[in-house]
Amino acid sequence: MAQISRDDVLKLARLARIDLDESELDKFTEEFSAIIKYVEQLQSVEVSGLEPTSQVTGLKNVMRKDEVIDYGYKGRDLLQNVPAVDNDQIKVKRMIA
Amino acid sequence: MANLLQTLEALETDMWLPIAEIARKVQSGELKAADLVEKSLAAIADNGEYHAVLATLETRARSRARQIDSDIAGGKEVGALAGVPFIAKDNFLVFGTETTAASNILKGFEAPYQATAINRLEAQGAICVAKANLDAFAHGTTTENSDFGPTKNPYDIERIPGGSSGGSAAAVVLQLAPFALGSDTGGSIRQPASMSGCVGLKPSYGLVSRSGVVAMASSLDTVGPLARTVEDAALVLDVMAGVDALDSTTVERNPAGYTNLEGSLQGKRIGVIEEYMGEGLQPNVKQVLEAALDKMKAAGAVIETVSLPSLPMALAAYYIICPAEVSSNLSRFDGQRYGYTYPDAKDLHESFAKTRDIGFGKEAKRRIMIGTYVLSSGYYDAYYKQAQTVRTKIINEFNAAFEKVDFLFGPNAPSTAFKLGEIVDDPLQLYLEDIMTVAVNLAGVPAISVPAGLSAGLPVGMQLMAPQGYDAELLATAKQAKDAIA
Repeated sequence: MAQISRDDVLKLARLARIDLDESELDKFTEEFSAIIKYVEQLQSVEVSGLEPTSQVTGLKNVMRKDEVIDYGYKGRDLLQNVPAVDNDQIKVKRMIA
Repeated sequence: MANLLQTLEALETDMWLPIAEIARKVQSGELKAADLVEKSLAAIADNGEYHAVLATLETRARSRARQIDSDIAGGKEVGALAGVPFIAKDNFLVFGTETTAASNILKGFEAPYQATAINRLEAQGAICVAKANLDAFAHGTTTENSDFGPTKNPYDIERIPGGSSGGSAAAVVLQLAPFALGSDTGGSIRQPASMSGCVGLKPSYGLVSRSGVVAMASSLDTVGPLARTVEDAALVLDVMAGVDALDSTTVERNPAGYTNLEGSLQGKRIGVIEEYMGEGLQPNVKQVLEAALDKMKAAGAVIETVSLPSLPMALAAYYIICPAEVSSNLSRFDGQRYGYTYPDAKDLHESFAKTRDIGFGKEAKRRIMIGTYVLSSGYYDAYYKQAQTVRTKIINEFNAAFEKVDFLFGPNAPSTAFKLGEIVDDPLQLYLEDIMTVAVNLAGVPAISVPAGLSAGLPVGMQLMAPQGYDAELLATAKQAKDAIA
């Protein structure tokens, strides 16, 4: 599976919501094949009987009470970086034509 | 050459007292926090050519210093870091100031809240004076991947400082402040500390809260200090460590704390990792490390060789797990809630896609797409699940090694700092630079880089690793090792 085509990269870019230009597409296609070929060596590692690791602390179900904690800022403070705000809500472009 | 010698002398002359001593003198009124802040700001201004710093926080720092000085004049006990200036990597949120992660997509983003690590340092009287340069989103090993230009190595301005915490490492070595904060997902504290010539601590996974630090790969991300001595790094860790309700992966701190570095190397078993000392390592680096081992042996350490046979596979596992998590974490940069937004989008899809194309640099795009690929249906088992299972195998090998020895030893990088621009257009070649640091992140164990000496005028660091949760023991041994090779 080491060969990644230009169409594959285009599809990945669409999935990742990145509008690549033509020259970027060519460059990434070349680089991805080398990177994927390198990481494919993992497939030769013998792992029978082993479980995958997704975290290393051993913590399980860290719960807290469902209560409001005051951290010194208000909801409105979190809107200060939003490009477009309308009536204290985040305004976005039309999604359905 | 005259210039170079001047620089070396300046680098080796202490501009700052040990952190604990600064805090004591500020508390006693012998030193003023306001003067320390000015001293730090002046050093930053004098060393602009190294581009270690992206922004200074003068107004905020001066006002905090005045407050601390007046609290002390009023008889108040300020804390373990009273008046101590520090520099934070620009992926830490500092309330009310710009945090960019050195990326265009976050340019102008003003932090509406603050990292827990910064809160804890400030609660003990420390003062954040500036934000340090990094590879954008901490993706990189040279700091050349900053969207705002590279940082330069304090020992040779034509060379890279290492990365991604290259600005933090250079800042500490240039003595712009007594310490700096960095983040380490695959070596980003240890490798620049090694290449620029300071101490860099990557704590056990979960020991220091990542709340308010721009996320990269959440199962690997850690934050920690860079400093000129192990004692200083230990004190900073001591202030930051412990459970935080805002980061549910955090673990309990050691009840004995992290600042007792007493003891000796006598009888301590140190395992030299065979897989890291072989042909991939440049002979000049190996020479410095072997000389350090000889001195540690003379101080009573028991040096043995150990093998972790799956380590050569760690990099491949890392470059699947890391991009997978990056693709997930960076999905939040969509131009709708914060950061850059493409102004002329016709619809929401175009707003996402153009914002992300223009806002992200090449490496962020590369990692997002590689991550998207390895997580996509049909490839998930072959890549992501296999990488996670290899991760288990690597953890088992670390555990087995720590049955035989107390600490592990190795380099941080295959070579000393290379020239700026030497490796820029080959991503895989740059990934290979991480080969001696990523396994520690996969295993979640603590590791520290300590200066071991110079080779042809460039710093070489040695990496010491301990079992998960043994951060205090690691710091004590690092101090003893550093004393032994001095």
